[in-house]
Amino acid sequence: MSIDVQGLSVHYGARTVLQDINLYARAGRVLGIVGPNGSGKSTLVKAVAGLLKASGRIRFNGSEARPKSVGYMPQDLQTPMALTVLEVVLLGRLAELGLTVSADDLEAVRQVLQLLGMEALAGRYLSELSGGQRQMVFLAQALVSQPTVLLLDEPISALDICHQLEVLEVVRAMTLERGLCTLMVLHDLNAAARFADDVAMLREGCLVGCGDPKDVLTVENIVTGFGVEAEALTCIDGTGVLIPRRPVRVTIVD
Amino acid sequence: MTPAATVDAVTVAYRRSASRRVTVMLAALAALLLGVLLDAATGPALLPLAAVARSVLGYPSDPAVEAIVWSIRLPVALTAISVGAALGLSGAIMQTILNNPLASSYTLGISAGAGFGAALVIVLGASLPVPEAYAIPLNAMLFAGVACAGVFLIGGARAATAEGLVLAGIALLFLFQALTALLQMIASPESLQQVVFWLFGSLQKSTWPKLWVLVAVLAVCTPFLVRDVWGLTALKMGDARASALGVNVRALRFRSFVLISALTGVAVAFVGTIGFVGLVAPHVARMLIGEDQRGFLPVSALMGAVLLSLASVASKTISPGAIFPIGIVTSLIGVPFFIWMVLRTRRAYW
Repeated sequence: MSIDVQGLSVHYGARTVLQDINLYARAGRVLGIVGPNGSGKSTLVKAVAGLLKASGRIRFNGSEARPKSVGYMPQDLQTPMALTVLEVVLLGRLAELGLTVSADDLEAVRQVLQLLGMEALAGRYLSELSGGQRQMVFLAQALVSQPTVLLLDEPISALDICHQLEVLEVVRAMTLERGLCTLMVLHDLNAAARFADDVAMLREGCLVGCGDPKDVLTVENIVTGFGVEAEALTCIDGTGVLIPRRPVRVTIVD
Repeated sequence: MTPAATVDAVTVAYRRSASRRVTVMLAALAALLLGVLLDAATGPALLPLAAVARSVLGYPSDPAVEAIVWSIRLPVALTAISVGAALGLSGAIMQTILNNPLASSYTLGISAGAGFGAALVIVLGASLPVPEAYAIPLNAMLFAGVACAGVFLIGGARAATAEGLVLAGIALLFLFQALTALLQMIASPESLQQVVFWLFGSLQKSTWPKLWVLVAVLAVCTPFLVRDVWGLTALKMGDARASALGVNVRALRFRSFVLISALTGVAVAFVGTIGFVGLVAPHVARMLIGEDQRGFLPVSALMGAVLLSLASVASKTISPGAIFPIGIVTSLIGVPFFIWMVLRTRRAYW
């Protein structure tokens, strides 16, 4: 599954949140979406998920029909609910669920919880979990339907570094093995550089750059996109690391 | 953890929640049966519980007991559980679709709309051309529907968000309360007394035909709820997440409002406005089994039925020889119980 976005614009009333976005996300690859707060990253993911009215074209494998198997993990995780981990993950298979839960449904939940190392939490209420654990549960929900498109909005924002690496590795491995088309909003530029095959950088609703992480996450683009001076270093193993040094300006986007 | 142990963890969690659901439902059904028997046994003439049980279960019994039980008390007892179930169910749906713990047909103006409809008939004689006995219930039901439509249309004028609908409901609550107060102000002393008693709620005018109407509405609503149980459960996670899972949120809210309108309308039409049941029954159900709507909706209905059945018994026993209005009793016995439940629960759902 590939996603071809052409001339995508989103308006909230008179305010333009995304303007004329063009990008192409390929099957079996992770497209990292980066940018400062308010740059339109979540809006872009929501528009691709079909949750917002948008102008322009979004094609999935060349068709404008959105596939049924879209795994979406939103950013907001604060909704109070008296549901167990098992019930929340089951909801990811909503289209298949009947009044009674089938053995196949339970098996799918078991597999995804095992993949994320969370099977022991299956019977726990969501309200009893930490923010990071809840984030993992919603990732499990996005993955349980065997999606062909995976849309993750800041999937590691509440996780410690160990779980961040685990989640990013799982997402990358599943994307590769199952040929998913994954769009992942990230704030950590180094995580984007390491785990995304391609990176799209947004600023004030416009695309600063899109392509290979090395070409997009440059010192110049970080000044343009984030207003931050950064230094690019190379580690012993050859991987690049960006060190933010100081803000060159502060912009509050209305 | 080994794969075998993993199968156990997920399957055990599922079996445990399913077994908890069944246990709670069976316990509630037992409480309900006891409530019906006690309700049929209490009244101006206190009947032996065993004789009432024999009569209710179809065994030969004393003709006097048979007459009292089947002609007078059983319609009241069964109406109490049907109304309780309808209010509990409508409260549960409302709290789910609006994602708000304070939502119920009482707090969001639907019962107030029914009260205004009843007051219109009592004070001004304005009603549809129907037999006199049905004029008040029909008008109450009609205005419950008007209030429900009002909440949906005003609150949904822009996007039908939960917040918009709640605010519209509160606005309509004040509107209908003000209109009812206006009618009370211009009413004759006799009409005023009638309006006040209707607003208190009473089970004493229950009859078999009215009971069948209640049961029929409950029966018609059930399949629609069964169809939407997973969609409603998904809605607990918020509109965006439910939409992403494939739920048509606006259509689901509309269907749910139609059901709430029918359930609340028919419940308050025959017995008057009864607060608290629609608010508290879903909370008790949530504390006992969580919000998987496959269990949450039936247990909310059962809790509403148990609460109103016990309130009906209490209304006849608090003061021997007198019957307290049911709307007052539900709050008097329900509030301490509810506060106890809230204080002892360890999980935070809201």
